Formats: sequence, structure tokens, C-alpha cells
Amino acid sequence: MNLVLESLHRRPRLVAILLAVLLAALPFLMGFGLGNAWLRVLDFVLLYVLLAIGLNIVVGYAGLLDLGYIAFYALGAYLYAWLASPHFGLHLPFWAVLPIGAAFAGLFGVLLGAPTLRLRGDYLAIVTLGFGEIIRIFMNNLNAPFNLTNGPQGMNLIDPVSVAGFSFGRPLHVFGLTLPPTYFHYYLFLAFTLLAIFVAWRLQDSRIGRAWGAIREDEVAAAAMGINTRNLKLLAFAMGATFGGLAGGLFAAFQGFISPESFTLWESILVLCMIVLGGMGNIPGVVLGAVLLTMIPEALRYLGDLQRATLGQVVVDPADLRMLLFGVALVAMMLFRPAGLLPSRQRRREFAAEEGLAEQVQANLYDTRN
Amino acid sequence: MDIFLQQLVNGLVLGSIYALVALGYTMVYGILELINFAHGEVTMIGAMVALTVIGALLGAAPDLPGVLVVLAGILVAIPACMALAFTIEKIAYRPLRKAPRLAPLITAIGVSIILQNLAMLIWGRQYVSFPAILPTRKYEFLGANISLLQIAIVVLALAVMAGLWLLVEKTRLGRAMRATAQSREVAELMGVNVDRVISATFIIGAAIAAIAGVMVSAYYGLAHYYMGFMLGLKAFSAAVLGGIGNIAGAMLGGLLLGVIEALGAGYIGDLTGGFLGSHYQDVFAFFVLIGVLVFRPSGLLGERVATRA
Amino acid sequence: MNFGKFAISALSLALAFSLSGCGKTESTGDTVIKIGSVAPLTGPQTHIGKDNENGARLAVDEINARGLELGGRKVTLELFGEDDQAEPKTATIVAQKLVDAGVVAVIGHLNSGTTIPASKIYHDAGIPQISPSATAVAYTAQGYHTAWRVMANDAQQGRALGQFATGKMGAKRIAIIDDRTAYGQGLANEFEKAATAAGGEIVAHEFTNDRATDFTAILTSIKGKTPDLVFFGGMDPQGGPMARQLKRLGLTARLLGGDGLQNANFVKLAGVDAEGVVASSPGLPIDSMPGGPDFRKRYEAKYGAIQLYAPYAYDAVNVLVAAMTRADSADPAKVLAALPKTDLQGVSGPIKFDAKGDTTGGAITLYEVKDGAWRVLETVK
Repeated sequence: MNLVLESLHRRPRLVAILLAVLLAALPFLMGFGLGNAWLRVLDFVLLYVLLAIGLNIVVGYAGLLDLGYIAFYALGAYLYAWLASPHFGLHLPFWAVLPIGAAFAGLFGVLLGAPTLRLRGDYLAIVTLGFGEIIRIFMNNLNAPFNLTNGPQGMNLIDPVSVAGFSFGRPLHVFGLTLPPTYFHYYLFLAFTLLAIFVAWRLQDSRIGRAWGAIREDEVAAAAMGINTRNLKLLAFAMGATFGGLAGGLFAAFQGFISPESFTLWESILVLCMIVLGGMGNIPGVVLGAVLLTMIPEALRYLGDLQRATLGQVVVDPADLRMLLFGVALVAMMLFRPAGLLPSRQRRREFAAEEGLAEQVQANLYDTRN
Repeated sequence: MDIFLQQLVNGLVLGSIYALVALGYTMVYGILELINFAHGEVTMIGAMVALTVIGALLGAAPDLPGVLVVLAGILVAIPACMALAFTIEKIAYRPLRKAPRLAPLITAIGVSIILQNLAMLIWGRQYVSFPAILPTRKYEFLGANISLLQIAIVVLALAVMAGLWLLVEKTRLGRAMRATAQSREVAELMGVNVDRVISATFIIGAAIAAIAGVMVSAYYGLAHYYMGFMLGLKAFSAAVLGGIGNIAGAMLGGLLLGVIEALGAGYIGDLTGGFLGSHYQDVFAFFVLIGVLVFRPSGLLGERVATRA
Repeated sequence: MNFGKFAISALSLALAFSLSGCGKTESTGDTVIKIGSVAPLTGPQTHIGKDNENGARLAVDEINARGLELGGRKVTLELFGEDDQAEPKTATIVAQKLVDAGVVAVIGHLNSGTTIPASKIYHDAGIPQISPSATAVAYTAQGYHTAWRVMANDAQQGRALGQFATGKMGAKRIAIIDDRTAYGQGLANEFEKAATAAGGEIVAHEFTNDRATDFTAILTSIKGKTPDLVFFGGMDPQGGPMARQLKRLGLTARLLGGDGLQNANFVKLAGVDAEGVVASSPGLPIDSMPGGPDFRKRYEAKYGAIQLYAPYAYDAVNVLVAAMTRADSADPAKVLAALPKTDLQGVSGPIKFDAKGDTTGGAITLYEVKDGAWRVLETVK
């Protein structure tokens, strides 16, 4: 195993090609191997990767603990619904709506970020949590006096993405095969996810990325070094929100129906869990976290089938155990790898350094006692 | 006026429950800088255990006076919650003391999910009703209705807070807790057994949570395995409002949040000419919270934390 | 290296799952027909969700015990219960999972917010979906020939409630509370329309949410407007404490609600303060239906007290099987063609469909709590 990995490491181009082939073939492997439900899960995995990449910019890069991130997802989704559904009778094409939605969410990122600039750590967390809830409550209630969001009933019949007259909303019949809409959405989401990963990756070691790192480690020192902390924090909020808005627009087009139930606090917490669990600040880690936390609850659904296959009957109702095991998995993974499954190199170093420091303190302790 | 007074009473009762739960958040935060997300669930377990005891007692001896039965329920719920909190700290938080700051937050969320689902398995999916065994006497005061239970809740909450204050300010353990909150390393050097202090903090918070859990279910007449989530969230907000890590702040924040919610729900419609109704109750509460934090970034009574957090 | 280990374990996990999927061949000689049932089984609404699944399961078990023959072959029904967590996203994943598993029909979902997004998937797959409890008007208004329900929608029930409030209950000043869920808000809106049209005055419209337990603030504010009736669009976990707090604050107004309140749990939660509360439920009283009391006995013997919509889920399965029998096939297309001719005496009332898939001429029954139990007041058409 080690040998294979090492030899792969020396051939990055080969790895890239292998990865590309795998990603291109994945929906067919999933769709025909495990069924279309898994393909739909895969689509959601990509959406959550997109969200996690976005939140990672705010939390992982700039160190701003944001518990209301899902609000931007909601804003993107609602903007898509406003501009491309029978609600206002507007049916703009997706390539126009998606950027508008992303920009709209980004603008809100700045608006909501501005009052929080002085706040730190957990105070920031509770304020962003408040903003997230406020946006959701407004979405849930703005059916009167003017029907903007249709309230708790949600907005239905949202236009699917369509390219050159080909609608993503209907299954395609080719060569005797029926390809459901989940296939096209996979490639669409994959394209945006790769774009987001590329942007996040390029940002990481750019001037901006390093400035964010400085703010995260020590804001006062960063300011003293001449970093404009206000603008950079706002930029982090805006960038994160933009990705969130983009994901929201894609979600609306994919589902065709949105309602405030999709944008609860729990979703914000879940996305945060993804990046912390995967390894904050490290893109492969974040991706892994999103993949795992989206897949595990779905995989646990098959506990019933597993029991049927091995024991011949369902002994414990999977619905009773599923979320319990999810919780156990969260705790166990975190205890097993406290810095995340794939921590960033820097974080790993810090973690090691802190441990070393602690040992040093201990050592000094004994010195004085001598 | 009578309506305003009634709203104030409504808010104070709700607020004293928030305050009790908020104490648990704030004590743990003060020492570990950890948001103990599972604390709301500990409150829920307290309510559920007490209800089980109450149900069993009523089944065995239906003639016992209601107050005694509830008291017995509380007395069993308290050690149960204490044991639970001790275990949680030992398993889920202690191994992560030196881990990155957000790691224990994730285990806290995990523990919270585990407790919810365990409670669902043990006590079922139904809402459990609290038997009507407490006296329901009502008093009229300047046009407002105040029940005996409401008075009892506020008085008991104040008593618990006073007791906690005495514990923290006047006992050895309290001094050790304050020292640990100041600096874990230095406290350790001074001979404080930090691990024990942290355990004690969790245990005391859980005991208070158990009392709060019984109060909530007696006051609203029900308990449910999901009840801890919202309650915990509100209480946490209250703790932040008052200045997290500060015990007096948690009390003030809890009472204030309760009153703000009640007045918000009661008057927001009239204030905005009917444009915003009581569906914006939480929005109103959050706006107050955000407003306070924007002008006082470490809460009402929070000390100015050194800028290097 | 660690990643490699991880990849291997992930792969083997996936393999195990796919194998377990393959190993599911039935050993019995009968043809197995799979039916899906979806409701939230985790999260705050699970007590109602499990109730729906139990209702459907009881019907399936009974039909299997009786024996069913389609196209000259003996068939066995198998119910696949799934958890949608009352979450729209999960609902679509679960819907797809059921479609993949080859179910011929789905009983569900519980909420309108999950029923609507899932209906698109069932529609694309061409399999019938019968919801026992989704009441949003929009569900059957999408033009899907696969979307059906066996319960009166919000408009039908809200209208009946509004007319009853202003008529029989003689309410003039009405306060409305809704819980801002698709169900509560939909019902309260329709109620408001009907009550205003019948000459009632809406003196207050307050709001809460489906997690709340404290309503003292809005009730106090309502008290200041001196209504003679308070309508609540929402469910029993909120309605119970609301009834208690209403009395405690000294309001004399009566509480009226929809089917979300008309259940045993509400009476338990509200205690003595439940007395005099009026609520409606679509269909006829179970105990007056042929086979109704017997259904209640059989259900309670197996699963305990009926929470809420179990009778509708039970009826939904029977509607489906009746359509299969008429089509003499379990083929979804043929079943869909047979569904419009449904005419069934269910335990919740007689069931017939209109062109959209809603029940027609469904009666609505009003109940009042007397001596700690729901008593029938009257049935309106």
C-alpha cells in the first residue's frame, strides 16, 4: 500500500488523470452499482462540499467562527426561486440567475459581517447564529404583508437548469438507457465544486490567504503588521457567502421546491462539523468531512437490509439507531483524531508544538522542584 | 398596565428557567472555554428521570401529596444528571483538553445527538405529560394572574442562584474553581487538582440543570426527548448576553432574555403598527442580543477579555 | 497511508452494503410486492411519524393474512418504512431509494414540506403516492397524476372550521394563532378567510412555532383584545400547554383547533384544561364507521394508542390495494389508471377522489372534550 502510494506521489499527472476518470465515471458506478438513491446522495455530497469549502474560508482560513452560514445558502436558493419560478412569473436562465444569487449572498455576507467585526470567538458564533435564524424566520414569515417567499408553504415548480434547450429536470433516454436528472446535476455540481476548490486552493497561499492566516493566529499582531483586518474579514465573509449562495441556487434548481425547513440551524452546525471533523483549513480534509457526514447517515439506513441479510429479520429498527450511531461516530472520530481526519500541515505542526510545550512546562515543573 | 404587568410576570418565570440552564453553560465556559452543547440535553434527561420517578411513585402510592412526589422526582433526577455529566466530561471532553479549540465542540454536538436518541429509545417518541399533582392556586395582583407554581419557580431559582453564589465565593471548592478559571496552569501549580475542579463544575451545573428540567416540565406540563435543544440554545444565548463565563451575568442574561421575549411577543405588533407580528419574537430577541454585543462585545457583565483570545 | 487505509475500509463498507442489497432475494414462492411508507422517524415529530407507519403496517399485515391474488398469482405485500426526518432534502433521497428498491407505490409523506419535493420523484418514476396527512393545497395542484391523498386539504377543513366557529359556536371576536408550519399556517389562513366571510371579526393574529412551549406572552396580548374564541392552527404538543396557559391567564375564550389537536395526546397534555376545547377531524368519527371500533381495538392491541393519522395511513393502503385488485395487477401504470374509480368505506370515512387527487365531498367531523375524552359534536359536509 505504502509503495503504491509513494510511487503515485511521484507521478502527480497520473494521479490527476486517474482521479478525473474516477470522478467522471463515478455516477455510473454509483447509479448502476448501488442505485439512483446513492447518486442523489452523491449530488448532495457535492453541494455540501461546496458549502464546506465556502465555510472553510470563513472559519478555517480567517478563523471567524460562523454558526449562521446556512443563511447564505438560503439566500441563494430563494433568489433563484424568485428569478426562475412562476412565483413572480420570471423565468431567467440559470447562467444569469446563479451569478446574481451568488453576488446577492456575497453582499449579505458583507452586510451581516460588518456589525460583527469587533466580536471574537464565541461571541461572534452566537451573533452569526442569530443572523442565520433571523434570515430563516424572515423567509418563513414574508408571505404577508407582501408575498415574497410564500412563507412556510415554500416555493414550488422552480425551473430546472437547462442548457441549449436541454432541460436537466427530465430523465434522458439514450441507447435504451434511462438517465435520471441526477446524472446531469452531478456533472454540473462537480464543475462548480472543482471551480470552488480551485479558487479556495489558489487563495490559500496568496497574499490574501496569508493575511487571513495572520488574522486567525493573532489579530492584533496582524493589524500591527499593516494588514487591513476590517477589509480582509469582510472579504472572508463575502467569499464564503458567495459559495453558499451558489450552492443554494443549485439546490433550488435541483429540488424544484424550497421551504424554510431546509435552512435550519442544524444545517449550519452540520456544515461546521464537516470542516472541523475533516480538518479545518485543509481542502482535502474539508472535502473528506463533507463526504463522510453526508454519506454516513444514508449508509446507516441500510442497517435494516444488513440485518435482513445476516439475521433474516429486522431486529432493531434502523430508524431507532441511525442518528444514535451518527452521534457515536462524531464523538469517536473526534476522539480518534482531535485535529481532524486530515489536518492541515500547519495545524498539525501547531498541535504537535502545543503538546511539546506542555511537556516542557511539565519538565520545568520538575526542574524547580529539584 | 395589567397587561404589561402580566407580560413581565410571564417573562420573569421563563427567564428564571433560562437563567438556571445558562448557569451550567457559563460555569463550564468560564473554566474550559467550551460551549457544552450537550447541557440542554442534560436538562432534558433531568426532566425525564424525574417524570419516571413521579409516575412510579404515583402508581405505588396515589395518595402522597403532590409536592412530596415532585420533590422525590427532583431528588432522584439530580444525582442522575450529576453522574451523566461526570461521564460525559470524562469520555468526551477530557481527552480533548489539548486539542484544537473546536474539537470538543464537535464531540459536544455528538454527545447531544446521542443523548437525544437514547432518550427517544428509553422514553419513547411520545410527548410525556406531567401529572397534575401540584396545587394550581392563582392570585390576582393588580389585574395580573400569578400562580403558586410561578412563584415557586422564581423563588426556587433565586435560592439556587444564591446557593451557587455562596459556593463559588465562600468555599474552598469555589475558590479552586475561580482559580482554575483564571489560569489552569497556575492553579495547578498552587496545588489545585484541576481535573477534580472541572469535574465538580460539570456536576454542579448538571444538578442545577436537573432542577431546571423538572421546573420546565412541571410548568408547561410536558416533557419530550427533543425539549433540550431549544432550551439549551436560548440559555446559551442568555449566558452570552450576560457575558459568558460570568455567573451573575448568566442570571441577569437569563432573566433579561425571558422578559425581552415576552415583551417582544406581546408588543412588537403594536410597536410596528401591525407590520411585524409575534412571529418575529425570536428576531426581536436576537436583535437585542446583537445590539448589546455590538456595543459591549463581551456581554453585559463580561470582563473585557484581553484582546488576545 | 492513513488515507489509503481509510479508502480501503470505505470501499469494503460500500461493498458490504451492495452485497447486502443483492442478498435480498425472497425465498418464499409468492410474488412480493413492495410498498414504501415514509414519515419522520427521528426528530421532534417522530411520534406522529411512527403512528403513520404503524397504520400502514397494520393494513399490510391484515391484507397478507387475508391473502391477496393479482393476475391469478398469490402475492405478499412488503412494507418498506423509511425516515425522512421531516426534511425536504432527505425526503427526496428517501423517495429515490424507494424507487430504486422497486416499490410499486408509496404511502406518505407526513408533512407537506416533504411530500411536495418527493412527489416530483414519484411522478418521474410513474408510481402512485398516497399521502395520509399532507394537507397543503399545492400538493395536488402540481398537475401530477401520481399525487393522491386520503385526507381533506387545508381549504376544505379550514372552511368547515370557520363556518362552525361563526355559526354554531357563535363567535364574533376571533383571535388566531398559527405555528408557522406549512400545516398550521395553511389551515389558519383558510380558517381566517371562511370566518371573515361568515361575519366574524379577527381581533388578533398571533404566531408561535412548532418547538415552543411558552405561549403566555401572545395569550396575554390576545387577552387584551377580549376575543370570545381562539383558533389554533398547529399540533397537540403546542395545543396542550396552550390550553393550560389560556386558563391560567384567566381567558374565557374557547379554544378551537384542527385535526392536529383532535387526538388523545392533546387531552393528556392539557389535563383538566382540555374540557370544552373543540377540534375538527376530516372524515367521519372512527367509532361510527363500519369496522371502526374494531380497527381501533386491533391497532391499540399492537401499537398502543392511536396518535393521529394512523387511520388515514391504514385507509391509504386499502385504497391502494383496492385499486390493484381492480386493475388485477400491481403494475404502477395500471394501478394509477384504476385509482380514480376509488370508492372505499375506510375507517376514516368514505373515500372518493376528484380529478386532482383530492378527496371529494369529504365530511368534516367536529369534536369537543367532555369528561376527559373527545365526544362527537356533529359532522358537516
